Amino acid sequence: MKPPPFDYCCPDTLDEVLTLLAEHGEAAKVIAGGQSLVPMLNLRALHPGVLIDINRLPGLDHISLEDGQLRVGALARHKAVLESAAVSEASPLMALAYPYVSHGPIRNRGTLCGNLCHNDPASEMPAVALASGAEMVLQSAGGTRTVAAEDFFTGMLSTAAEANEILVEVRVPRAPAGQGAGFHEVSPRKGDFAYVAVGATLQVADGACTGARIVCAGVGDGPHRAYAAEDALTGAAPGDDAFRQAAAAAADSIDPSEDFHADADYRRDLVRSLTRRALADAASRCN
Amino acid sequence: MAGVSVTFTVNGREVTATVDPRTLLVHFLREHLKLTGTHIGCDTSQCGACTVHLDGRPAKSCALLAVQLEGAEVTTIEGVAGPDGMHPMQAAFKEHHGLQCGFCTPGMVMMGIDIANRHEAPDEATIRRELEGNLCRCTGYHNIVASIAAGASSMRG
Ligand SMILES: Cc1cc2nc3c(=O)[nH]c(=O)nc-3n(C[C@H](O)[C@H](O)[C@H](O)COP(=O)(O)OP(=O)(O)OC[C@H]3O[C@@H](n4cnc5c(N)ncnc54)[C@H](O)[C@@H]3O)c2cc1C
Ligand code: FES
Ligand code: FES
Repeated sequence: MKPPPFDYCCPDTLDEVLTLLAEHGEAAKVIAGGQSLVPMLNLRALHPGVLIDINRLPGLDHISLEDGQLRVGALARHKAVLESAAVSEASPLMALAYPYVSHGPIRNRGTLCGNLCHNDPASEMPAVALASGAEMVLQSAGGTRTVAAEDFFTGMLSTAAEANEILVEVRVPRAPAGQGAGFHEVSPRKGDFAYVAVGATLQVADGACTGARIVCAGVGDGPHRAYAAEDALTGAAPGDDAFRQAAAAAADSIDPSEDFHADADYRRDLVRSLTRRALADAASRCN
Repeated sequence: MAGVSVTFTVNGREVTATVDPRTLLVHFLREHLKLTGTHIGCDTSQCGACTVHLDGRPAKSCALLAVQLEGAEVTTIEGVAGPDGMHPMQAAFKEHHGLQCGFCTPGMVMMGIDIANRHEAPDEATIRRELEGNLCRCTGYHNIVASIAAGASSMRG
């Protein structure tokens, strides 16, 4: 047996899930797609007392665009999100980044919400959520609260979700009209976790950059927003000079982790190159 | 830990068992059902050797718990051949030397069948992209890609 022993429950209602979470607290782990959780169990990196399977909960697989907000439920699988017209309409950045998220069979099963809760530091979607001003809807037996992406991702594989809460839905505001987006990534294999990924959105008015967002994955213990690079762009004429300066500021803003595959200098170089490319793409898509 | 009873279908046959919740589907297939065609390469969802079809779509059986499969339909490499012999995708792998040591092959064939199910006439670029979750240490992929293209073509008849 690869995984450590645990008990298993597979409730039919959200209320039962919340009651079980309240009862078991830290000993409980929710399993959604299991595409990060089961490998971690197999590595014995986790020792949950009880797994609470949410796959039988009804009505949580929605992907909808209403009132300027994209809503993706806890059981919307990567594949459905990747192929969703609502997603490409509401969030071009998410649509550009999604093909980089894992491989086909994993996408059949894994969920966007599970991916956000896992918060792997090299994961694309936490960075996209940060760039897009997404909100997480967390529910516990005690009630529901909403946490902004910038407060949700709290560090290496950790989030603001408490042990008794589940992420029932992520809400992403529709991208403003005219905004352009770009996303670039370097990873060992297509669909693997990124060495570095950079996403950018840009708005241009009267020949000057107005709003810019630049986010990176793979550079620390969670998604990183390069505020200095965004500031460097504000008011600048969109073009290679401005993008180079912003890219340099983005590279300066990180304190990258190092591993066997990519040292800190390489990661900084990647941030510089990928930021330029992401901004150039974003600019070409502004209107 | 308390055993959990689960009933699901494997290769068209209903199976009921009481399993320890931590039993991976791949272990269940190999050790309880003795269906050893599904291989274990990595145990961490990286290599694709354990790919099976779950309700008609490919899934990595090392990243599924057997207890999660209540009511599901699983097809393994043992379940793809017809009464007249090999599945056209298996035959294509044989014909086009789509394997060397054979370790990745069950996963490659299961993925190949799925690629053929979803794409009319998959070209090389499509097949290579779709194989991103399946690793082969021997062939360099060339003949695997050729096998899947040929298998897809014979599946269409
Ligand atoms: C080989 C491989 C390559 C991959 N490549 C990438 C990649 O390039 N980019 C990328 O982003 N990801 C990648 N992944 C991870 C994949 O995207 C996972 O599917 C995803 O991270 C987790 O989603 P899940 O639904 O499978 O969650 P699970 O594995 O079920 O759960 C993950 C964690 O989140 C918690 N959780 C899940 N759902 C909820 C919820 N609704 N509320 C509260 N907590 C919850 C669980 O308790 C667990 O701690 C890869 C995985 C593998 C195996
Ligand atoms: S053994 Fe399942 S993907 Fe490698
Ligand atoms: S044939 Fe040996 S691993 Fe693919």
